[in-house]
Amino acid sequence: MAIQDLKMSSTDVSAQIESRPTGRGFLRSFRMAAWLGWQIESNWTDPFLFAIYSFVKPLSTAAILVVMYGIITQGNFQSPIFTYIYLGNAFYIYVGAVMAGVSWAVIDDREHYKTLKYMYIAPIHIPMYLFGRGVAKFLVGSISVLITIVFGTLFLHLKIDLATVNWLLFFVALFIGVLMLAFMGLILAGVTLLIAHHVWFLGEAVAGALYLFSGAIFPLEVLPLAIRWIGYVIPITYWLELLRRALVGEVADAFPTLVNLSNNQILAILVGLTLFFAILSVFVFRWAEHLARERGLIDMVTNY
Amino acid sequence: MNDSAAVLSPERLKKATGFLLFLKTVIARAYPRVIGAQREKSWMFFDVFLPMLAVSAYVFVYRAINAPEEYIGFVVVGGAMTAFWLNVLWSMSSQLYWEKEQGNLALYIMAPNSMMAILLGMALGGMLMTALRAAAILILGSLLFNVQYQVVSFWQLFIVFILTMVALYGMGMMSASLFLLLSREAWHLANLAQEPIYLVSGFYFPIKSFSFWVAAAASIIPLTLGLDAMRQLVFPSGPTLGFLTVTIELLILVILSLVFLIGARYMLVHLEKLAIREGRLTESRR
Repeated sequence: MAIQDLKMSSTDVSAQIESRPTGRGFLRSFRMAAWLGWQIESNWTDPFLFAIYSFVKPLSTAAILVVMYGIITQGNFQSPIFTYIYLGNAFYIYVGAVMAGVSWAVIDDREHYKTLKYMYIAPIHIPMYLFGRGVAKFLVGSISVLITIVFGTLFLHLKIDLATVNWLLFFVALFIGVLMLAFMGLILAGVTLLIAHHVWFLGEAVAGALYLFSGAIFPLEVLPLAIRWIGYVIPITYWLELLRRALVGEVADAFPTLVNLSNNQILAILVGLTLFFAILSVFVFRWAEHLARERGLIDMVTNY
Repeated sequence: MNDSAAVLSPERLKKATGFLLFLKTVIARAYPRVIGAQREKSWMFFDVFLPMLAVSAYVFVYRAINAPEEYIGFVVVGGAMTAFWLNVLWSMSSQLYWEKEQGNLALYIMAPNSMMAILLGMALGGMLMTALRAAAILILGSLLFNVQYQVVSFWQLFIVFILTMVALYGMGMMSASLFLLLSREAWHLANLAQEPIYLVSGFYFPIKSFSFWVAAAASIIPLTLGLDAMRQLVFPSGPTLGFLTVTIELLILVILSLVFLIGARYMLVHLEKLAIREGRLTESRR
């Protein structure tokens, strides 16, 4: 009897190991989640309304800053500070899209569609699934960023000379930044698994705080000294600086925030912080997931 | 056994009817908004914390471009008023959609009370609850950024605020009926109506910065004129940056209040019938 039990349990374990996705399984989890995310994001309406919905929101946020700036400076859009504000705000769209996109999947699946428990019994890799769910928001975010920048270039004298853009630096920085945001999103997803009351606000609160401290729309020197240091430990600060330097180098030189650091030094800091967040996200998510399983929170519906 | 029969006996039940029933419904629907929300202390933190982040970011933008100090005050007052817009958007307009999703809407309609009373209760409760949050943002923002006020007339300020609230929540009641017909798109549409309204209503800058016709079109949102009038009454340079005179803005707010409240009554009756006919009251298309 004991030997039979032992045989059964070893069979169960090997079956579990076989059903655990590896390699191609990771890719499949990611690909299917990306497709699912796109369907959820886009199929609630017709393509025209979806396009308007996707672009109006980011353009409005940019327009608030443009109007504020225009009133005070009498429309002096040639100044480097305008380019600094405008580009920082445009690329910050990715923060909300990728970071909140990854963590939002937990809320959507658990509270709204009530399918998170089915995801957990399916042969998929949950972190890869969550990354995949963020892809749709990344795509919509990318188009919004592009439209915002094109709008600025055409109508607001945003000085981006395509011939002088450091494209290699731009794409490398963009890629690392998006990865970093996805890892931060995974940390948020882990926290979201454990809490009931504030899951709706969590992504917004974190994105809002980072918006304030990362110097996205004003140089860090404007912040009071007591809180300025926060900006220097946030990877988004370095990411936005690299993107600005890649697109319009002289604008970044006009502000003292990171002027003493070369592009390579900033890139190294960004890579280091991204690695740190990657490792942290794996541990935080595993720990949160373990607790969520223990406390029976995977299929929780709070009705908040 | 006899006791419970006596309790349930029709002779012992005092049923509220007419205006009393209307009033009781208003209070009953307002109660969870005011009392329930205060019990969830942590919500208060998020409701104040999130707008404060936006307010702080915009204040630092103005500081970065060396704006006059009064603009900092404009942002703080506008930031406080965002609490009301968010409340109208998410807890008035979308509320009947949420109730439908959770299965409560059918219960509201089955119960022998007026739907208008339910909407009014939602509005009054939401207004009181949000006033606390807005006050917290205003006080905190004013202290943090050292905003100086110079009130011209407290009475006018009070009347402007009350009329803005009546018109705004009247608009919320009217749009709640429209949302009754929506499904999954309700969430997206409410989400869409945040930043564009912050832009056109001049939450963070004087609405006069737009051309006359853009500002006039934006005045359909009661907060546009309400904010403009309030800024004129509390900041020394307010009148020079005002869109219209306070008296004209007050008059328009009175008209908007009447239009939205009467409109809400008719829209609710019409759209409730439509929703019943098309079987949309209990549908849940996720």
